[in-house]
Amino acid sequence: MVKVNGNEMDIAGMTVSELLEKEGYKPEKVAVELDLEIVPKAQYSSCILKDGSSVEVVSFVGGG
Amino acid sequence: MGFPTKKEMYDALVERHGEGLQAKFSKGTVAVCGLGGLGSNIALHLVRAGVGHIHLMDFDKVDISNLNRQQYFPDQLGRYKADALTETLKRAAPYCDITSQVVKLDEDNIDKLLAPYDIICEAFDKADQKAMLVNAVLEKFPEKYLLSGSGMAGLGSSNEIITRRIGKRFYLCGDGKSDVSDGLGLVSARVAVCAAHQANMILRILADEFEP
Repeated sequence: MVKVNGNEMDIAGMTVSELLEKEGYKPEKVAVELDLEIVPKAQYSSCILKDGSSVEVVSFVGGG
Repeated sequence: MGFPTKKEMYDALVERHGEGLQAKFSKGTVAVCGLGGLGSNIALHLVRAGVGHIHLMDFDKVDISNLNRQQYFPDQLGRYKADALTETLKRAAPYCDITSQVVKLDEDNIDKLLAPYDIICEAFDKADQKAMLVNAVLEKFPEKYLLSGSGMAGLGSSNEIITRRIGKRFYLCGDGKSDVSDGLGLVSARVAVCAAHQANMILRILADEFEP
């Protein structure tokens, strides 16, 4: 299981890109932290989510 | 009473904040990226607290549509926000070390432009620009503190706006969901709540308090 924004999901083995697509996130509007470390955008398609890891997807909205 | 001297201004801050805390605020160096409803309010809070050095960055000019929530005045319309805000901040804190730059931050210039500052404050208005800045800072400057604002549109409850610690040195303020592109509009009070969250967290970090 992988924890995504606090919720357990059965997605171990999936890449960050696949997770973003599955959950409907727009890659150009997010920042992704994996176990409290930033995942560089260039690594979204190669970074594989391992069992027991914790992902935080910050999806930005407009206004300021 | 005549115009206060630098020492009188500092002593007044010490009287309010205490000597130890003021010394910590005075050592802070903060870059405010974007000088709209968030950035202009954040910067004003920081200079009033006596933060040591504040660097202002924005490419835009003051427009009449900004006056509902941003810290500008009708006689400043058409001027660069970086210049107009410097003037206003200097009125509030005449001896504060404020520098400003008319510049559009992008992935190529962030390296150089943000290097000198300990704390980076994201205060853009567009979601993709927020994401660009946050990703670039977290990737290039893992040693810096970063504060971002996301979700303050509309007239929802102030109590939905919170500060969350996302990474070791990355804090996110806002309700996380109310998007100006949903037609909610931006109202001064609620934008200012988010700005105050960002400013207060910056001051807490300077005071060695790292939990939101």
